[in-house]
Amino acid sequence: MAEPATPSAGEPPVIELRNASKTFGEVRALSGVDFLVNRGEIVGLLGDNGSGKSTLVKLVMGFYQPDAGGEIYFHGERIDNWSVARARSLGIETVYQERALCEKQPIWRNMFMGREPHTRWGLLDVKHMREESARLMSEHMGFTSAAVHPDNVVATMSGGEKQGVAITRALYFEAELVILDEPTMGLSLTETRKTLDFIRNIKKAGKSAIFIDHNIFNVYPVVDRLYVLDRGKVAGVYARSEITMDELIDRLYRVARTGSMG
Amino acid sequence: MANEALPARPADNRGAPPSVFRRYGSQLGIIGVGFAMWLGFVIAAPAVFTNVDIYRAFAQTTPQFGIIALSLTFVVITGEIDLSFPSVMALGTAAFCLVTAYGGAPWWVGLVCGFATGALCGLVNGLLVAKLNIPSLVITIGTQFLYRGLELVLMNGTGVPLIADQYPQMHALLREDLFGVPVQTLWMVAILIALWVLLNRTRFGAHIFLVGDNQTSARLMGVDVVSVKIRAFVLVGVTAVFCGLLTSIYGYYFWPSTGDGSLLNTIASVFLGGTSVFGGTGSVIGTFVASYIIGAINAGVVSAGVNAFYTQLAFGLVIVISVVLQTIIDRRIRRQSVTGQ
Repeated sequence: MAEPATPSAGEPPVIELRNASKTFGEVRALSGVDFLVNRGEIVGLLGDNGSGKSTLVKLVMGFYQPDAGGEIYFHGERIDNWSVARARSLGIETVYQERALCEKQPIWRNMFMGREPHTRWGLLDVKHMREESARLMSEHMGFTSAAVHPDNVVATMSGGEKQGVAITRALYFEAELVILDEPTMGLSLTETRKTLDFIRNIKKAGKSAIFIDHNIFNVYPVVDRLYVLDRGKVAGVYARSEITMDELIDRLYRVARTGSMG
Repeated sequence: MANEALPARPADNRGAPPSVFRRYGSQLGIIGVGFAMWLGFVIAAPAVFTNVDIYRAFAQTTPQFGIIALSLTFVVITGEIDLSFPSVMALGTAAFCLVTAYGGAPWWVGLVCGFATGALCGLVNGLLVAKLNIPSLVITIGTQFLYRGLELVLMNGTGVPLIADQYPQMHALLREDLFGVPVQTLWMVAILIALWVLLNRTRFGAHIFLVGDNQTSARLMGVDVVSVKIRAFVLVGVTAVFCGLLTSIYGYYFWPSTGDGSLLNTIASVFLGGTSVFGGTGSVIGTFVASYIIGAINAGVVSAGVNAFYTQLAFGLVIVISVVLQTIIDRRIRRQSVTGQ
């Protein structure tokens, strides 16, 4: 399978995994996977339950370390002590499936969760947090400032709006690579559409993303490249321009039956 | 945006900041209940409750547990509880007495040793709860006996006189009036302001709310859950020793049983003040007001000529009613979170 042309040829990828494997006891969740994301690229991950999507993503976000023999490169530089803290400090943000919000707290508190700004006296800059939240909500989430006031608690928001907060938060902190783990799960059609718009905005902002979703109809229209995983291995890598949705569906069926793209 | 073509959502009320009632409804409601009880006492014993002396007495005695209630609010917001503080009051004060009365060290060395003891007790509680994930309700019952036992062994069950001649600075700091106001209440106001700032205007305070609301989310977003909880328990330990000293200096004597009987008042103050037993929400101002209401109930039941056994009944009612109200409010928030309305 051909490695497709990259949008930023010549520049090393933002993140690259070489020969990454991950074993849990007897179970080999990933074996010898090569995976990369270029700058300004949205990469889709498709695969059935148990195909290794989630393990692969957890390697990228630093939750797991690869088994011996696997290597991780960030902007072409090999990184040995990979951890969540390290990944976040380098600008890898994750929008978790469960969204990682605190529902009884006001929106502004969620927006700056874990990275609260403070004044030079060391006190929280609540005013800045409120104002920035209102601005981000109107600029990135399409709320006019009159729609939802940032003092309202997250529990008053719809699923799509909550997802918007989670994504906007990831973008705000100068993330270079945003990982979206099943972001459309449990969302209505309108909300899903909104979420896909948020993902397109990531690309517009010149940042990269990894998009994991069960639903190929959500993934295909927004990604630049697609990895198809099966039983812990990369079964195929496609640039979207190389393959139509129908062909892709056809191949996914074939993978499910035979374990190979053929 | 892509949803331009869609019909506008029905207007909702989220454009404005939530109303005062919505934001502080639970606190206002619960304090209303306490206030009604207090009014009942005024009617039952007008001679006592219209006299300024009773309020002076509240102002001297309420801070003896109210200051712990303020810091306990932090622990309750994180979704935990500390039941060991009555013993920490005694153990820390015992450390003060051992160092000063028996060891001959100056008063301020005693203070440092007392506070260090309180901090250490809080650290042990925090480590057991946050690091080992033991339910705080269970483990702090255990440490309550542990700390009390340690204090009784150290003091051999005897008390220490703390008269003004021997401890003039301590009496000036913790017992005498300042500008005609009992110094205990001035301390409580100062500590309220400090803790309000800590809770509402520092990253530590912000993390207290996040940890109590959703520990998993907080952890995923890089909040150090273990450290936040440990610091909250240490805060309770230190303030418990402060209240132990306040109580002992007020009575001119350190009793080995110091702290006994403060458990119920303190916890009732936190819950009456509107801090949720489920964590994630709460206010030190609510706790502050509630402490004085609890103090009033304490004295009120007795001065109303009612059998003192009724105080237990009153506190029990306060705790049950406030927790039930909190549960109903919490359930409403959760339902709202499902429907988005």
